[in-house]
This record gives sequence, C-alpha cells and structure tokens, in this order.
Amino acid sequence: MPKLTLDDLKKLREKARRTTVLREGGDFRAKVTVHMGTCGIAAGARTIMNTFMTEIEEKDIRDVLLTNSGCAGLCSKEPMITVELQGQAPVKYIELTPEKAKDIFDKHVLNGQIVQDYALGIGSEKTDVS
Amino acid sequence: MEEQTSEKTYRIHLMVCAGTGCVSNNSFAVKDALKEEIKKQGLENEVLVVTTGCNGFCERGPLLVVEPGKIFYQQLTIKDIPHLVEEHFLKGRPVEKLMYSPPEDKTPIPVLNDIAFFKGQVLIALRNRGLIDPEKIDEYIARDGYTGMAKALTEMTAEEVLEEVKQSGLRGRGGGGFPTGLKWEFVRRASTNNGGIKYIVCNGDEGDPGAFMDRSLLEADPHSVIEGMVIGAKAIGAQQGIVYVRNEYPLALKRLNIALDAAREYGLLGENILDSGFDFDIKVTRGAGAFVCGEETALLASIEGRLGEPRPRPPFPAEKGLWGQPTCVNNVETWANIPVIINRGADWYHSIGTETSKGTKVFSLVGKINNTGLVEVPMGISLKEIVYDIGGGIPGGKEFKAVQTGGPSGGCIPKEKIDLPIDYESLSEAGSMMGSGGMVVMDEETCMVDVARYFLSFTQDESCGKCTPCREGTKEMLNILTKITEGKGTEEDLTLLLELAQSIKDSALCGLGNTAPNPVLTTLKYFREEYEAHIKDKKCPAHVCRELNTYTIDEVACVNVGKGCDMCRRNCASDAIVGEKGKAHTVIQDKCIKCGVCYDVCRFGAVKVD
Ligand SMILES: Cc1cc2nc3c(=O)[nH]c(=O)nc-3n(C[C@H](O)[C@H](O)[C@H](O)COP(=O)(O)O)c2cc1C
Ligand code: FES
Repeated sequence: MPKLTLDDLKKLREKARRTTVLREGGDFRAKVTVHMGTCGIAAGARTIMNTFMTEIEEKDIRDVLLTNSGCAGLCSKEPMITVELQGQAPVKYIELTPEKAKDIFDKHVLNGQIVQDYALGIGSEKTDVS
Repeated sequence: MEEQTSEKTYRIHLMVCAGTGCVSNNSFAVKDALKEEIKKQGLENEVLVVTTGCNGFCERGPLLVVEPGKIFYQQLTIKDIPHLVEEHFLKGRPVEKLMYSPPEDKTPIPVLNDIAFFKGQVLIALRNRGLIDPEKIDEYIARDGYTGMAKALTEMTAEEVLEEVKQSGLRGRGGGGFPTGLKWEFVRRASTNNGGIKYIVCNGDEGDPGAFMDRSLLEADPHSVIEGMVIGAKAIGAQQGIVYVRNEYPLALKRLNIALDAAREYGLLGENILDSGFDFDIKVTRGAGAFVCGEETALLASIEGRLGEPRPRPPFPAEKGLWGQPTCVNNVETWANIPVIINRGADWYHSIGTETSKGTKVFSLVGKINNTGLVEVPMGISLKEIVYDIGGGIPGGKEFKAVQTGGPSGGCIPKEKIDLPIDYESLSEAGSMMGSGGMVVMDEETCMVDVARYFLSFTQDESCGKCTPCREGTKEMLNILTKITEGKGTEEDLTLLLELAQSIKDSALCGLGNTAPNPVLTTLKYFREEYEAHIKDKKCPAHVCRELNTYTIDEVACVNVGKGCDMCRRNCASDAIVGEKGKAHTVIQDKCIKCGVCYDVCRFGAVKVD
C-alpha cells in the first residue's frame, strides 16, 4: 500500500465503513429475515440465505440488513422470509426458490414493489427492526 | 483454516473480547472454537469472527457481542459453542442461558445497552470499544480514525490546534490534572538548544496496583493514541514521539507495534504525512515496571537509558526534557481524547463534564464490587452512581465502606461522601485525588488501618531512595502502622504518624513521596475510631488484623447444629482445639496462634471471632 493522500484516506474510510456499519446499529432501509427453523432448513432455507448473501455482495448493497429467525409457524410453506422496509408493514413470502428470492430482492427490497405472487399476507406481525 | 477478510460481506459479526482479562479467561480458545464450529456448520461465508480489545465488563469474561443487535454473551466456555452457533447463528434463536442476568433478578438481559453496567457510561477515549479489531487500521479509519489528524494537518494552523485543545478544557489524565493545552503551549514556546528537536512522550507506565486503564486502551485502540500524538506534535512543533510502555504489558506492546507499522505503511507517520509537509514518527520504549518511572522526570531518565530516578522540578520537561530539549509528556488516555476533540470541536467536548473538569474519565473498578471492569464516565457523575448503578453494588449483601481512588497517592473516601461528584477538585477536597483512574471499592470487612498499611508498604517498596524524607520517612510510618495492626500501638503513635506525614508531604523530592502519606491521612481523618480500636481496645473491628482476634467456639451451635463435626480440631495446626466428634469443642487461648483456620472451616457458624 503506497502512502495515502487525503483523498485516499476518505475513500478508504468509505470502503471500510461497509464492515463496521453492521456493528454500529446503523439505520437500515430494509430488513430481510430468513426463517431458519429446522423445518425451514430442511426445505432449503440455507440456499435462500446464500442467495441473498450473494445478491447483497454482488450488487454492493449497504442498507439492507440480512438476518435470520426461528420457525415462523407455517412449516408446510417453508422456506419463508419476511421483508420489512422502513416505515412499512412486513411482508411474508412463502415456498421460495433461489429464483423467487432474486426476484423479490430486485423488486421489493431494492425497488419497493411487493411481489404479490409469492406473498403470504401483509402486516400480520412485526419482527423487531434492530 | 482460510482467514476471513473483513472486505467481504457477512451477515453476522461476532465481536470476541481479546482484552487481557478475557484472554486470561481463555477467550482465544473460545474464538478458535467459534471459528471451527462456524466452518463445521458451513457458515464461514455468513459469519465473521472479530477479536476486539477490552469490552469493559471483565468480570463476566470471556465475552462475545453479536452484531448487528449487540446481543451480549458472557462467561463462555468451549463446550457452549456448538449449541450457540447452531441455535443463534444458524437458526436465529438467541441462547438465553448464556446471557447476563443481574444478581438480584434472574431475568436474562439480551442487549448490551440494556445492561446497567453499560448504561451510565459515555465513551470518548474508549469510543471504539468492542467495535473494531485493534490490529486492523482500516477498521479504525472506518470509525472516523485519522480524520482529526487530517483536519489538524491540512486545514488548521498549529496555533489553531493548540487553541482548540485549550478551549476544550482537557486536563491530564495521568494524575496531576494539569491543563493539557497550557502544557502544550509551554512546549511550543520553549526553544530547543544546540539545534535539537522537540519531543512528545506518551506515558504508559501505569504502576498503580489494580489499575489497567492505559493498558486496556493501548490494547483496544492503539491508533487513537498514535493519532493524538501526531496532532499534538503539530501543535507543539515536535518531530519525534516516544511511547513508554511497561514490559509487563506484552499484548499492549504487540498491538501498539502492529499499529505503528500499519500507520507508517499508510504514510500516516513518517515524512510528509498526507502531503501536508509535516514529518513525525513514533518509537516505543519498554519500561521495567517501576512505579516511580511513571513520574515524568524519572520516565525521561529511563528513556535516555539512565537510572529511572526523579529529579527536582523546575526545570520542567516542557523546558528541559529528553536530552535537554523541550518535551511534552502526556498520559495514554489524555492522548486518546485528542482526535475526538479536533474532530468534533472544543465546544462539544466542553459541554461534557463539570465547570472545572471537562469530558470523561476512564476508571478501573475493582475490589468488593459486583461488576469489576473498565468504565468511562462523564466527569461530575457521583460516586454512588459508579458504585451502585454501573458497579452493581457490593457482593454478598455486604455494606459499602469506602472507595480508594488515585492509587497509592490517593486516599479513601468514606460512605458518608457517596454523593461526591467525581471531578478533580471534589476528590482533592475530600483528601484523595483523581489519579490515573484506579478505583478500589471496600466493604465492611475491610480494615482501614490495614489498607493504609498496604498502600504505604507499596510506596515504601517503590521509593527510589534518592531523598531522605521518602526513603526513611515512609519506612518509619510503615513501622508504626505495622505496630498498630499488631496491637502494639500507642496514642502517641497517631500524633507521630501525622507529623511524619506532613513533613514527608512537604519535603519529598517527587510526587511519589509528596503523596505517599495520603492513604494514611485520609483513613486517619475518616476512620480514626478504627485506629483507636486497634490501639485502645486492641481490637480490629473488621477482624482483618488477625493478631487482634480472639477465636471462641459456641458450644451449643457446635453440638446442636454441627454435631461436633471435629473439622476445626483436625485442621488446627497448633493443637489449640480440644474436643472429639459428636461433642462440644473449645479453643485453648494460650495455644492459639490466631491463624483463623477454624473459623474458615466451620460450616455451622459455631466458631466466633471477636
Ligand atoms: C510516583 C508517580 C507515578 C506516576 N505514574 C504515572 C503513570 O503511571 N502514568 C502517567 O500517565 N502519569 C504518571 N504520573 C504523572 C506524571 O508525572 C505526569 O504528570 C503525567 O504523565 C503527565 O501527563 P498528563 O498531563 O496527560 O496527565 C506519576 C507521577 C508520580 C509522582
Ligand atoms: S478483557 Fe474482556 S471485558 Fe475486559
């Protein structure tokens, strides 16, 4: 690494913030929760988790919090996720595949359009946004 | 296993405490177990393991904080790890039994910020606590690291930097509380001689028993000290910095050296820093760990390779310091405050604290207290808030008796003064001092004469011997105190103690001697009746001075409750107990050497001490 200029230092800070923002209780625009009960994992929830990880990484998204929680109580409809945009009611999506997950990421998470075809119901409950 | 990098995106960061406290509680093994289990469960691309400096709540180590969300896990063992990884990180179900529950109510508190220990704290010097890996400069930079330095070097004149620090009201955190900006100004105005250069020194000697603020700071955030020093150098016009760390702090030394190398590689130290035309570099000197070497003139002698002995001041180091050149000595914590002051401005800093004491102070809270650890609190907070809210009170329902602040140079503050605000002036008025931040809590089972004797034996041991008042005077005081604890003291001894104390205070060469009598003076002032009990009644009210104790056995309790268990007789090394199993036991006072073993082994409370 050559000597930094003032500009390099600023750029480095922006880049490094990607790592630390997760630790600072940052303000996330969206939160995606993958339900990871034993039922969810058996139905393929980990593939769904990985799909979101890859999307976030490849598209260099910084304002989406990806997290997991236990079984959502609808084991027959797993894998499931909940998408929450700040200030909006949470939406549950059911019976997901990686393709559906990508679709939801592009349309709902990034562009705010709920994908009705895969959605379960809107606003029935809330997970805590941290 | 392949190293994880923080460049990638992870959904969970596991902040494992690797401060000295947690490391000695095996946190590195916990970290390895975490990494291994994460790999085993195929989560290595989702979960990042980070090692941080001291989290503060050392009492509960090894610690792990899960981000995002600040879920706080404590007292982890290797065998907890597989369950934790599967439940929380894979399945999203936090594990309650590994969380902290306060002693008085057993409900687990999941989130760090909701735990009383963390609630009242304000972090400035420790702003990166638990949030960064101290060995990664990029993580420091991410949290606005080197922004203050960049501002000082590229946007401000030296006078402006100096003015900002003066305006902030920052005072030295190493003990004396001298206004930092004013000291910098002295060094700036002083002229070098024979074409020499000015120096900046970071005092990381930290010799107070029980104190670990500076060590933790260097371990947790070495860049904040480095950045502070570069800013100071600019204000003062110094070209060379030296950090003096005692050799017993290997982890601090290691992390400091890693940080210095990284800063140099980025050109944040060295020539023409950030193209500003400013040159500055920092070296590390290891100290051998003598208390007196923390005194600035002794410290400088030690850096020069001479015997670590103090010399009379003036001339102050600001005029004649290292190799006769103007030198600015500041404490580790003082330096760590500087980047934030420059970055956020003097007004902001000035708004925290009291009229005369600005900002925050880091304390190591130890002794008879539930939450042992490292805390940073705003100046002006009351002793009560520290002991009861943050510290969680006294263990075992015992009564609070006193707090010792300022280490061997400080004094004891009694419980009547529990509402005392923590600032430089209030502590001095109470006969103690801020010191570098050691805070030892004492309960009803502490003997104040014994405490005074302990601190005096420490200073007596650490006295360099150069001046007579300190060398001979402390020895004489120690002899008297020892006599009193053995029940051989007289009333005249108290008068003599006071006289000696006053004359040592007035005539010793350096701060070590000047302040050595403080623990004796404050205990005499606030706990005189305890001294008198030792002298007149030949009793130690706290039953600590064993020579003054009388052990007896309550025969009724012995037979009825303990069924004459015979434990005391079997453990007595001097055959001073008679009795047999099933029957009452008695102590033969003539034979008793007052070792107290019978008292310790009796499970039925039948052995009494008076
Ligand atoms: C016996 C003795 C021991 C001292 N030990 C320390 C120490 O361990 N660390 C420290 O920073 N200052 C210590 N000091 C105070 C230093 O002499 C000096 O005042 C201080 O480092 C200045 O920095 P500050 O203005 O930032 O507090 C000690 C003073 C005395 C008299
Ligand atoms: S060392 Fe881990 S909390 Fe202090």
